[in-house]
Amino acid sequence: MARLTIVEAVRDALDVEMGRDSSVIVLGEDVGVDGGVFRATDGLQKKYGKYRVIDTPLAESGIVGTSIAMATQGLKPVCEIQFDGFTYPAFDQMFSHAARLRNRTRGKLTVPMVLRFPYGGGIRALEHHNESPESYFIHTAGLKVVIPSNPYDTKGLLIAAIRDPDPVVFMEPKRVYRAIRDEVPENAYVVEIGKANVVREGVDVTLISWGAMMRETLKAADALATKGIKAEVVDVRTLSPCDYETILASVQKTGRCVVVHEAPRTLGFGAELVARIQEKLLLFLKAPVLRVTGYDTPFPYFKLEDAYLPNPEKISKAVEQVMKF
Amino acid sequence: MQKDIAKFTVKYVQVVDEKGNVDKKLEPKLSDKELRDLYKWMVLERTFDNTALSLQREGRIGTYAQSLGEEAVHVGSVFATSAEDWIFPDYREHVAFLMRGVPVRNLLMHWGGSEDGMNLPDKSNMFPVCIPVGTQTLHGVGVALAAKIKKKKLATLTFVGDASTSTGDFHEGLNFAGTFMAPAVIVIRNNHWAISVPRTCHDAEWGGCQTRAETLAQKGIGYGIDYVQVDGNDVLAVYSVVKKALDRARADKGPTLIECVTYRLGPHTTADDPTRYQDPKVLKAWLEKEPLRRFQLYLQKKKLWDGKFEAAVRAEATKIVAQGIVEAEQHKPKQTDMFDHVYAKLSPNLEEQRKEWQD
Repeated sequence: MARLTIVEAVRDALDVEMGRDSSVIVLGEDVGVDGGVFRATDGLQKKYGKYRVIDTPLAESGIVGTSIAMATQGLKPVCEIQFDGFTYPAFDQMFSHAARLRNRTRGKLTVPMVLRFPYGGGIRALEHHNESPESYFIHTAGLKVVIPSNPYDTKGLLIAAIRDPDPVVFMEPKRVYRAIRDEVPENAYVVEIGKANVVREGVDVTLISWGAMMRETLKAADALATKGIKAEVVDVRTLSPCDYETILASVQKTGRCVVVHEAPRTLGFGAELVARIQEKLLLFLKAPVLRVTGYDTPFPYFKLEDAYLPNPEKISKAVEQVMKF
Repeated sequence: MQKDIAKFTVKYVQVVDEKGNVDKKLEPKLSDKELRDLYKWMVLERTFDNTALSLQREGRIGTYAQSLGEEAVHVGSVFATSAEDWIFPDYREHVAFLMRGVPVRNLLMHWGGSEDGMNLPDKSNMFPVCIPVGTQTLHGVGVALAAKIKKKKLATLTFVGDASTSTGDFHEGLNFAGTFMAPAVIVIRNNHWAISVPRTCHDAEWGGCQTRAETLAQKGIGYGIDYVQVDGNDVLAVYSVVKKALDRARADKGPTLIECVTYRLGPHTTADDPTRYQDPKVLKAWLEKEPLRRFQLYLQKKKLWDGKFEAAVRAEATKIVAQGIVEAEQHKPKQTDMFDHVYAKLSPNLEEQRKEWQD
């Protein structure tokens, strides 16, 4: 079994699915000859040709709009948007058409496509290269939203996304693109969309996170363990549809919960999780559910990004508050 | 040193003039039956349009966008397609659906407020009504790219209005079409109005219009694709130019942008009052150039039209539309339909909400 990073697992998933299914195509800016600015499509054009790995003009709405149409014709486009902040020009096509064509035509036209892009901060990047826009997509009926946190899940979830009959927004945690190596099987396998993962068992408090913040959350869980606090950690993995069953079961067990995400706090996905938890579990809760998140500010330029982002210290502090309540 | 490095001209095509006289050199070779069919389709669109307007006034359908005066653009363009070509409307091309075998019922179900209307029959090869104008340019180009990737011999026909030419997606669409030599034909239905904003600038230095460009056809120049302007009230001109463009596209010779100059003789939609912004004299002048009358004169000169034919065509159109009304008004969508087509499989969220509704 090869030991792959997250970005290598992305490339591997694309390669395996393109080899297996000739309707899978890749398109985006610099994805062909250059192999993508993060090398997520490295060598694919050479292997599958210019009609299947397509270098497009610099136009995100164009990439997504044409992909939607191609998806209605039996192709399975996987489009790459180079950075999170450049998904915004494609919002209209995603919201008005990708998400709605199935409903608008009562199932006659469907859009089995994947919109994948690196997201999130912490890499000392320029403005518009640090965003966590998952809430916009989760809020839009008709889209699915998937955010892996490790190489194994990345490959399995991306393959699941490519095979999904509906449009999937696949957000890749670029901060840990190359930070983690995992055993990743060479064959095609699927990690089911709609299933959260309890990555660490505990009894005192449930920590819920996803994507790049999983690493911070697990570090916090380690630190808390030295203080005798046994945290259970849930990796949400797919935010829409969300596996509330697994999440609620964990919180019911521990009675305490902290949600961690790097998107701004107000109407971040944490808000929805907290709402669900209090709707279903009010009488099981031993403390208010807290959130450790980015602030309600634009993502700061990188001199201040460490102050903005959640980290193990901030998470531990919130957990201690919850334990003391 | 300075020199001209590129020069452009814009061609204008008219086959039949306002008095019904034909330019013999440009007249397309269509059979008598085909010529009469063109007329029948235009009458059907107008009949549908008048009826839909009445239905809206009676509260039997919702807000409706009329096609009055723009029939030649729709009929001429769609008549030029082959059955395997795909069509991308915005929301005014009612007859395009009918010409693709979509029953009147579906159109009235759509305008009557049900998604079921745009569940189009198989092989109609049409996208549904597209309300965010300009966005459909990318869909027309996208299906053209899919055809090229899959080596299918088909072309796409996309309708946009004059206002769509101001949108980003229109320009991204033309650029994609040009770079990938997509088998795509984009027809601009220049009806001179985007609700109240005119196509042409009347203020010398400050907006209030769609574009300062002399023609919309010339927007093709920027993308290295073919372009032409057509008399959009002349169904034979529209047919000839679109036919040539589609044939060219299917032969891998690239996309074409076609500006059809016509005029919106009605309001933007039934929610609009054009007397607030439109000069009645201009409207009157365009009424005299409307497409049905002109084509009737042409057919009459060819002895293909008389009062008896007219009566028969109108009666047939009325019958088709009346039947559609009966069928559409019998349609009752289920309340739970809103949940069932969001995803291929109900998500747990929707399952819960669907149950909530039923309880």
